[in-house]
Amino acid sequence: MTPLALATRPAVRSWLPDYGVYLAIALLILYNVAFTPYFLEWSNLRIQLVQVAPIVIVALGMALVIGTEGIDLSVGSVMALAAALIPLYLGYGVAAAIVVSLLAGVVVGLVNGVLVARVGLQPIVATLAVFVGGRGLAVVISDGQLKEIRNPGLINLGSGDLLGVPVLVWITAVLAGVVAFVLRRTVFGRRLLAVGGNRRATELAGVPVARVLITVYVACAVLASIAGLLSVARIQSSDASAVGLLIELSAITAVVVGGTPLTGGRVRILGTVAGALLMQLVTATMIKHDLGPSTAEMAQAVIILVAVYVARERKTR
Amino acid sequence: MTLLEVAGVSKSFPGVRALDDVSFTLRPGEVHALVGENGAGKSTLIKVLTGVYRPDSGELRYRGEPVSFAAPMDAQRAGISTIYQEVNLVPLMSVAQNLFLGREPRNRLGLVDRGRMEREARDILADYGVTTDVRRRLGALPLGAQQMVALARAVMIDAQVVIMDEPTSSLEPREVQTLFGVIRRLHARGIGIVYVSHRMDELYEICDAVTILRDGRLVHTGELAGLERIELVSMMLGREMSPARRQGFTAFAGDHDADDTAPPILAVTGLTSRNRLHDVSFDVRPGEVVGLGGLLGAGRSETIKAIGGAYPIDGGTIRVDGEDLGRPSTVRAVAAGIAVQPEDRKAEGIVAGLSVRDNIALAVLPRMSRLGIVSEARIDAIVQRYMTRLRIKASSPGQLVGDLSGGNQQKVLLARLLATDPKILLLDEPTRGIDVGAKAEVQSLIDELAGEGLGVVLVSSDAEELVEGADRVVVLRDGAVVGHLTGDRVTTEDLMAGIAAAAAPSEDPA
Repeated sequence: MTPLALATRPAVRSWLPDYGVYLAIALLILYNVAFTPYFLEWSNLRIQLVQVAPIVIVALGMALVIGTEGIDLSVGSVMALAAALIPLYLGYGVAAAIVVSLLAGVVVGLVNGVLVARVGLQPIVATLAVFVGGRGLAVVISDGQLKEIRNPGLINLGSGDLLGVPVLVWITAVLAGVVAFVLRRTVFGRRLLAVGGNRRATELAGVPVARVLITVYVACAVLASIAGLLSVARIQSSDASAVGLLIELSAITAVVVGGTPLTGGRVRILGTVAGALLMQLVTATMIKHDLGPSTAEMAQAVIILVAVYVARERKTR
Repeated sequence: MTLLEVAGVSKSFPGVRALDDVSFTLRPGEVHALVGENGAGKSTLIKVLTGVYRPDSGELRYRGEPVSFAAPMDAQRAGISTIYQEVNLVPLMSVAQNLFLGREPRNRLGLVDRGRMEREARDILADYGVTTDVRRRLGALPLGAQQMVALARAVMIDAQVVIMDEPTSSLEPREVQTLFGVIRRLHARGIGIVYVSHRMDELYEICDAVTILRDGRLVHTGELAGLERIELVSMMLGREMSPARRQGFTAFAGDHDADDTAPPILAVTGLTSRNRLHDVSFDVRPGEVVGLGGLLGAGRSETIKAIGGAYPIDGGTIRVDGEDLGRPSTVRAVAAGIAVQPEDRKAEGIVAGLSVRDNIALAVLPRMSRLGIVSEARIDAIVQRYMTRLRIKASSPGQLVGDLSGGNQQKVLLARLLATDPKILLLDEPTRGIDVGAKAEVQSLIDELAGEGLGVVLVSSDAEELVEGADRVVVLRDGAVVGHLTGDRVTTEDLMAGIAAAAAPSEDPA
């Protein structure tokens, strides 16, 4: 090995998992600007951003859970529950419907959190129960029917604009900012990372670990229910059997591609947002070039593998 | 003839020259001590010898032939076995399975012959003083016994060279003697042993030769017999060790002037936990260091953890400043002013992936914040204060704790405890696995804190440290208090006598 290689390799190694996702996005955008007609059109960017918004919101919560060395499989079902509850309570006003769907998130989060933190189940098992049962319950609540939404307030949330930017995108950006702030600047955020880094040590330091974990799962589920209600607002209909289907996988992908290690103790919020954007861009690029969704999925698989491989380098150091 | 030899080996990592032109020779039948402070390059040298690292330059010769191991398995197949500090076996498999892992005896059908495997395992382990049901899960065994299994396994693989990295750090004195018996047998069979340890007594008891490393360089190599302890220590440290001559072996200054009439700051009564603790009671007054003596498994760590709310108890009360703690929990204990430094620094102490700063602030975040939002300025102030006071060596407060040396990790942990303004410090092996310099600093710190009026409970397997550090010693055996040493009776002899007197009558004195 040459001296130069010795000097540069470790630097690249620590740099790549942290910033690789931005590099990939930049490259993909450059490619699209050069080869994809109408890519830079605002209408195209709008569609991409609106489509990716629910994934980003769910991924924010997922990133927090993964930061505690956990995982939450129930997010898709929480979206479905939130979606199913909205038409039932819309009669009492938009606010009531929103509150009820958020409450559903709180309840599910509490169940997940208590199972993980107090009962001591493994997160993947604890959240599997709601993953399986939650959507079923949502379908029962909605009688298995697709329900149209005509409430103008709700529809405005899903398709309205503010200063020329979709409300959905504003909400997503604000949520990302809030989550990033909470993580960096609050007692809860610091404790979350410590729990993920070394739960036993954090416990001995007198940190109420169970409370931190329960809060994390509640936050994740509430974010998922927000994503659920925004999806309903955007599609202008509630279909419990379709809303948020397989979104847990997209969310986990976004988190991992964004450079957050599954081993906990470290969370990258901007990276997570970028991870979701990258996957969206890949799909969009493929579609614009007449490559089917299956090709896009394979490309995504490659990206996931690369992300995991790059992260592995850091771990073995 | 030499068995294993490295000549002029260098190995660098980003920012560190871990080994710089180091040569080392091991002869057959030799027990060769490898010593040095943390960061001296011992671990790196071992990893070069065992094929984990490839040297950047220099040569590795095995039985006279130049060799290059591509992977640890190659070195193992060639007959170089290693027993690491942390036992690396499979805790969920049985003792016998671990012993024969990868070399299970087969029957005629090619299936594992369990009966024979277990029979042989029993016979082999008897030689190592392990008399347990070999069908038990390895993880259920005490750490000392696990280590013996690891050693038995290493020797079984027709090892020519056995490298032991601090093999006695988790052994009881009696187990140490068993280990030494095994080492002497290996020695007689012409097997070369590389013995890494911080314990001087052990080195002089068992080793023939010594190699001293410092900052990645070879400082001295030769016969151990002619080398005085003080020379050995000063070569390891690279400075004149006048403080080490003072008052025995530790940096403790002597007794603290605790007020004997003052009410206890910590009062433990009738602490009981199924099978592990039986009616443990003792007091600690402000400014006093109370040692907990006893062998491994005597219940010292359990007592400490129980007081800290991290070990389940069935009965007993813990009073801080006269106030009953109620049902103990870690949250309640910390709030009451109890700070626990656990024995296992990596698993229960530091959060390796967080910075020095975040680790120090971890336990006091609520105090460093308003409305749940932390004040960076307040954290900086407290971090600065303790980094200076404890002389924590880090490139910056933002450096990851996992990248620090053991001694500095320990100091970060102590800083976290002190930041909570505790009334009581429970220290479980505060100087284990840290270099001599940091050890002295930690010992002086304990003195200083007691001087400030803290109540300290000290657990140490190092008898000298315990005796010189503590004002009183409570001796435990099998989870029960069996003796108190006070005043002039706080000596290693009395401690040994206390422990020995406590030993079951059926056991032979070691």
